[in-house]
Amino acid sequence: MLVAAWTLALGMLLAHAGPAFAQAAGDPTPLQFSDAAEEARFHDLTSELRCVMCQNQSLADSNAQIAHDLRREVLDLMHQGKSDDEIVAFLVARYGEFVRYKPAVEPSTWLLWFGPALLLLGGGIVVARVVRARSRREVPAPVEDQEW
Amino acid sequence: MNAPSAPRRSRVGLVIGAVVFLGFLALMFYGVQHSDRADREALPSPLIGKPAPEFALPLLHEAGHMVTSKELLGTPYVLNVWGSWCPECRVEHPVLTRFALTKRVRVIGYNLKDEPEDALRWLEQFGNPYMLVLADRDGRAAIDWGIYGAPETFLVDARGIVRWKHVGAVDDAIIDGELVPLLDQLEAGQ
Repeated sequence: MLVAAWTLALGMLLAHAGPAFAQAAGDPTPLQFSDAAEEARFHDLTSELRCVMCQNQSLADSNAQIAHDLRREVLDLMHQGKSDDEIVAFLVARYGEFVRYKPAVEPSTWLLWFGPALLLLGGGIVVARVVRARSRREVPAPVEDQEW
Repeated sequence: MNAPSAPRRSRVGLVIGAVVFLGFLALMFYGVQHSDRADREALPSPLIGKPAPEFALPLLHEAGHMVTSKELLGTPYVLNVWGSWCPECRVEHPVLTRFALTKRVRVIGYNLKDEPEDALRWLEQFGNPYMLVLADRDGRAAIDWGIYGAPETFLVDARGIVRWKHVGAVDDAIIDGELVPLLDQLEAGQ
């Protein structure tokens, strides 16, 4: 039982070490995490942030040079004891609301947040009206001498 | 029963449907129209209207000499981000050089993540239109500017407020249509 737990822990450690090693190839000084908790927090945070260069990737996934630089900056800010919110605010102040996958709810993003619900509501009303109109119509009497 | 009202209601529905359809069509047309713009993915800078970040960067031509953001206050300046590794910078270089030669405003170079030898050779080859060139080798200060590539061009006014930013190569249309009118406006306001 104990052996199994250790094997599992070792396996998880190796699995986590993977990406860090892979990054070292292209980067002369890879990111140094002090422990697994820090790495997990770093990964969660950078997955929530959008890469500014290649806008369909997260900061965690992107291989662009600016993404490398910003990841380093994020880790530095973590080492300075900044909270996740402070780090996100730091990046939003410089690169704009765009860096967040979950933009703040404010007048300029209302359409973004509530637009889909509005469309769904509109579609629902149309469907409801059509269904009601059809149900009111009388069912035509079956034609007896129908030939197929 | 309600024979006269039913067709009228369905006509109202038809009109609403047509309006919604035309709305979507207009939106699609707008998207297609804008899809050929080179800066269609450019991020709007949140720095516009805010003070430019403070920095202290060495000169490319004299690494021992540090220039701070405070020293640049007093008159407006254009900050052009470039690197010898950036092909698009080569495209905008003649345009920027022509603009710099008009002496309309100080044009300051911001050499991003470059080897000094490469940067100096690049300027020697293509000409140096800049009043001075700041060197940001590790790209640290660039994060404060919200810079995410090159070329990028900023306009900072005499009080150090960022007035304008363009992501990607500037061309004559952008300089004449955006930058020069803003400079006119700044001069009129002083």
